[in-house]
Amino acid sequence: MSAPAGLPPRPAAAAFSPVGPGGSREAAAPAGGAAHCHNGPVQSQMQFPPGYGSHPPNYSAPSGHYSQVPNKAAASHLDHQYRASYYPGYYSAPAQNVMTPSVGSNVLNAQGSQQLYNKTPPHTGGASDGPVQGAISSASYLHMSAQQSYSAFDNHYSTSVSSSVASQGFPLNSDHYAMPVVSGAMYPSVSYPPAAAGSAYGQTFTSQSLPAVGQFKETNAFSSQSTSVPHSLQQHVPAGYNTTLSTISSAQSVQDNLCRNLPGSVAKVNNQIKTGGIDSSQPVHSVSQNVAFTKPGVGTSASSAVVSSVRSPAPSLSSQPSSSPSVTQSPELALQEALDSSSTTSSASPVLNNYDALEGGGYPDTRSVTSSPVPAPSVPQTSKASKPFGYGYPALQPGYQNATPTTPVQPSNPGHHPGFQHYPQHYPGVNQLSSSLGSLSLQHSQQPESLRPVNLTHDRNILPVSSVPAPVPNLNSDLRKLNCSPDSFRCTLTNIPQTQALLNKAKLPLGLLLHPFRDLTQLPVITSSTIVRCRSCRTYINPFVSFIDQRRWKCNLCYRVNDVPEEFMYNPLTRSYGEPHKRPEVQNSTVEFIASSDYMLRPPQPAVYLFVLDVSHNAVEAGYLTIVCQSLLENLDKLPGDSRTRIGFITFDSTVQFYNLQEGLSQPQMLIVSDIDDIFLPTPDSLLVNLHESKELIKDLLNALPNMFTNTRETHSALGPALQAAFKLMSPTGGRISVFQTQLPSLGAGLLHSREDPNQRSSTKVVQHLGPATDFYKKLALDCSGQQTAVDLFLLSSQYSDLASLACMSKYSAGCIYYYPSFHRTHNPAQAEKLQKDLKRYLTRKIGFEAVMRIRCTKGLSIHTFHGNFFVRSTDLLSLANVNPDAGFAVQMSIEESLTDTSLVCFQTALLYTSSKGERRIRVHTLCLPVVSSLADVYAGADVQAVVCLLANMAVDRSVSSSLADARDALVNAVVDSLAAYMSTASNLQQSMLIAPNSLKLFPLYILALLKQKAFRTGTSTRLDDRVYAMCQMKSQPLVHLMKMIHPNLYRIDKLTDESTIHVNDRVVPQPPLQKLSAEKLTREGAFLMDCGSIFYIWIGKNCDNSFIKDVLGYPNYASVPQKMTQLPEVDALSSERTRSFISWLRDSRPLSPVLQVIKDENPAKTDFFQHLIEDRTEAAFSYYEFLLNIQQQVCK
Amino acid sequence: MESVVFIFSLIDCCALIFLSVYFIITLSDLECDYINARSCCSKLNKWVVPEVIGHAVVTVLMLISLHWFIFLLNLPVATWNIYRYIMVPSGNMGVFDPTEIHNRGQLKSHMKEAMIKLGFHLLCFFMYLYRLEW
Repeated sequence: MSAPAGLPPRPAAAAFSPVGPGGSREAAAPAGGAAHCHNGPVQSQMQFPPGYGSHPPNYSAPSGHYSQVPNKAAASHLDHQYRASYYPGYYSAPAQNVMTPSVGSNVLNAQGSQQLYNKTPPHTGGASDGPVQGAISSASYLHMSAQQSYSAFDNHYSTSVSSSVASQGFPLNSDHYAMPVVSGAMYPSVSYPPAAAGSAYGQTFTSQSLPAVGQFKETNAFSSQSTSVPHSLQQHVPAGYNTTLSTISSAQSVQDNLCRNLPGSVAKVNNQIKTGGIDSSQPVHSVSQNVAFTKPGVGTSASSAVVSSVRSPAPSLSSQPSSSPSVTQSPELALQEALDSSSTTSSASPVLNNYDALEGGGYPDTRSVTSSPVPAPSVPQTSKASKPFGYGYPALQPGYQNATPTTPVQPSNPGHHPGFQHYPQHYPGVNQLSSSLGSLSLQHSQQPESLRPVNLTHDRNILPVSSVPAPVPNLNSDLRKLNCSPDSFRCTLTNIPQTQALLNKAKLPLGLLLHPFRDLTQLPVITSSTIVRCRSCRTYINPFVSFIDQRRWKCNLCYRVNDVPEEFMYNPLTRSYGEPHKRPEVQNSTVEFIASSDYMLRPPQPAVYLFVLDVSHNAVEAGYLTIVCQSLLENLDKLPGDSRTRIGFITFDSTVQFYNLQEGLSQPQMLIVSDIDDIFLPTPDSLLVNLHESKELIKDLLNALPNMFTNTRETHSALGPALQAAFKLMSPTGGRISVFQTQLPSLGAGLLHSREDPNQRSSTKVVQHLGPATDFYKKLALDCSGQQTAVDLFLLSSQYSDLASLACMSKYSAGCIYYYPSFHRTHNPAQAEKLQKDLKRYLTRKIGFEAVMRIRCTKGLSIHTFHGNFFVRSTDLLSLANVNPDAGFAVQMSIEESLTDTSLVCFQTALLYTSSKGERRIRVHTLCLPVVSSLADVYAGADVQAVVCLLANMAVDRSVSSSLADARDALVNAVVDSLAAYMSTASNLQQSMLIAPNSLKLFPLYILALLKQKAFRTGTSTRLDDRVYAMCQMKSQPLVHLMKMIHPNLYRIDKLTDESTIHVNDRVVPQPPLQKLSAEKLTREGAFLMDCGSIFYIWIGKNCDNSFIKDVLGYPNYASVPQKMTQLPEVDALSSERTRSFISWLRDSRPLSPVLQVIKDENPAKTDFFQHLIEDRTEAAFSYYEFLLNIQQQVCK
Repeated sequence: MESVVFIFSLIDCCALIFLSVYFIITLSDLECDYINARSCCSKLNKWVVPEVIGHAVVTVLMLISLHWFIFLLNLPVATWNIYRYIMVPSGNMGVFDPTEIHNRGQLKSHMKEAMIKLGFHLLCFFMYLYRLEW
């Protein structure tokens, strides 16, 4: 890692010059926080006492390099300046109370943001104070994180080092290597020198005065710096580099749900290792790690309090407040923490290419891996260190073989693949045997089931009793427990075929379905100065890596052997050293890291919301303004954000109106720009105002808006110019633009013409105009995306509005699309209620800004197509200006190289975002799946829901790029081909029957449902906008929601019994069985509930029991039930209670509260209900049985 | 006359070769993530029309000067160029669309196409050179 001369030849590698990521980013974006890390090496190197001179020579190189580059130090200085005031604000808030950030921190935040956004990158300070500033900032940063984790201590090992280590790991290697020397000397003899210093966590956060502050010499610079910030936390900035402490402190509050080795308690540790003998210039190394398993008390009775037991070693250093033995984290706090985490950094626009430096990309391999020079700690290196790998499928069971006699029998030897043979010595043969036996026994019960042949034409009742479960990957039980939840991460094939040829033979698509930003009730949040990542592929350390020995781990994606950083050796859970495999990162496949400034290209942006409202005659007529303004007023305080949150409004008809909401004005000022051909901002600032400072004005405006345009005669809509104005307004910060549009844009740039021919709505032949008419909206979206701005579209229209074109503004800027056909506030109350509920969720849900998402997979696999709303910035990197918890993504994969030398493949998504509180966070999900070599195994692991969702995404692409008919054919062929391929593997099956493996028995049903879905149906009258909206939904909905859309759940609810009930929150929730979506199941005597995801239909039969109508609906008889009923009354009767508890249980399971619609036979909404009965024949489409016969015919062909 | 035709063709061919190389370089830059899709596509789309024209001119020139073999050789490539240009969907930002270039192996197929064209132009180059000398 010496001079730039050692650069690899690749041009881009210049960006990752040996200085490490910091250097690259500094070059790329001077405003970024990256420069920070320069300090680290400089300081640490310089302060090493002579005793450290024995490092490998390459350590000295960095220091020389850095110190010789004063201007870089200067740059870092600047950077630190803002950090010093910035971080404290942010990180202190959680410490105080996440729910209500203290005023102090708010003030801080404001200051921080001001500084951030006003300061221009070129620095002004003298280079000489650079280090000092740096020390301050990172010290406070660390300190904050410590606080958050309820630990106290703060010592810095060349302070800024920690942050740079955190992100990229490298620049600081020297530090890491240095540490072992210290600790190596330490551990054997002292064994965890007490960390009393830091033990001020617990309920005594505020008393946390620095551990060992007394010991440290505090420089004046520090104190002055800290006094400027009115927060008590500031004082803690220790003069870290003057002392000689190596502190590994970690705070951890862990609720162990994994039944693994983790103790069910939370351990929090604070160790300070004092290296004696080295005087004043010893580095202090501190690692703070915070793992907060947040578990809100949602629903179940899981213990909501996270208890962290605190280890308080004997005070050895100074008079610290004694640590309170346990910290109870209130569930609210935890929840808040979990929910608040939403924000991301993406590489800012200036240099689009350098996100690599942020989130990934290659890292030059300029250093060879060396084993650490330190003697291994006394912890025995046992097999614990290495996790058992999955085993190849052992021999098939007899039953299984009967079903598929032609499949080759797998080797039953669970031996390790050559690639993993580094650690057999740690892995006693007995272990292997027993675990392989374990997996064998599991297979006995499991595998035949998923491969059991099902005769589709005979078995009519293929629907499970309750919802269809996701298949469990065939891994050994340890890995299975660790694997990512199928709710966030699913693969279409839970057994990955070994080669592309095998995949082609199976005729099933291989892909992933992601719901990465889902609202989680439990999420480990890790605050660590070192985020451990693979040095070559930048994979985050995860539960599926293997530890070769105590000091090295092997990446499970690229198989590179990496060093375990010193800090990572300390395991806060067991409070012991040398158990890196028990760290929370290695125990959880879904974790969230608090990222350091190395993951930023610019200071984290504030939450900025801009509302662009259509106020033309059409819009006023529909009356949506009242609902929007009302919802906003109600939720103004719940908008995610901090004290910097900004908000603005633009309205438009044939002109564009801006609103000056500058604090101090007596009332909002409207500024009208009528020059729509060359739109400009009438005033440079005060259009986007601070939500808190101008709250009164905003409220005035929202109260006035619905009535301001009541008499308008303006029918035109200049949407394009309004969007251009919105883009100009947002581009300095980025944020979210919410566009409400009620008609076809008719003026200015981006105007559209009606393309729909109503006579073609039910055409069975060609459906045209599924693609955009102009590239205006696409270009605008890409511009917005480049400026970290997402555009969300609410289309409330009664006529054709060319959603296909308009949707582009959201599709490529990572926005979301809502569509309310024939919206009218009074005439269509169901839509009005839906808008209201959607808005409530939309305004209050979590949001992440400036996000990027990278999907990595094991070497040999590659991604070839992405589905969802985003801009694909490079081969595996998605740029998401905003990310919301309701967004789903899908990717298609291909197998580029044979996977024969591995038994497991892993996929990892890392979502880097800026939360609404201005924190940078990385949410990492890792999924591990076994590799198989026989076709039968591939079928055994097929996840039919994931397959169908991926096919739906592919079909949408196909219908836009080719034609709808093509897409429909492709869907049918997917079933035909895969079933034919399956039947050919099982030669003993009678060819005259249609046989599917149990895992795929629902495949034809779901495909039929897809074909009857609005997006793909033909023959039934479907408005073009409805169709396009359904397609947009398919691309952007997560799997759970999409499946309900494709195949709704039908329940009979008039005879709910107590059988098979479950208890949730002391409520008895009946569990009626799923019914087939067929009219044959509907009886006139019954009442049925259909759950379509965003809407519930309750269908009441004509002869329905009067007592049910009276008790549940609150009306005396069938005739008196009104046409438009959207709520169930609270009647004090058992059946009413059961029904309501069942419905609310269904509602609780999804983020968006669905609208309820009661349907009687003569109701016009009846068709909406009956169109979902997909097993029945319609005039234009097959019934399920006919469809099966059709498939059978084609299979046998 | 003959020589003028071929000298012009030669020059034109050189330009097309350079263009092909430029396409390949830019696309491989995108592949390796050195530039982003947006700038790559806007760079390349700028040169799509010149390429179409440049190749059409040679083809027409060969037709006029009655070099049937060379004309027929050029015709399919020229037709493909024009077809590709015309068939761009209305919502796309040109032959190269930044939102789609990473999907469905488009990048690879663009790359392959540029390679084939490079080979083709090189072939033409030597053919023109040979005809010129002869």
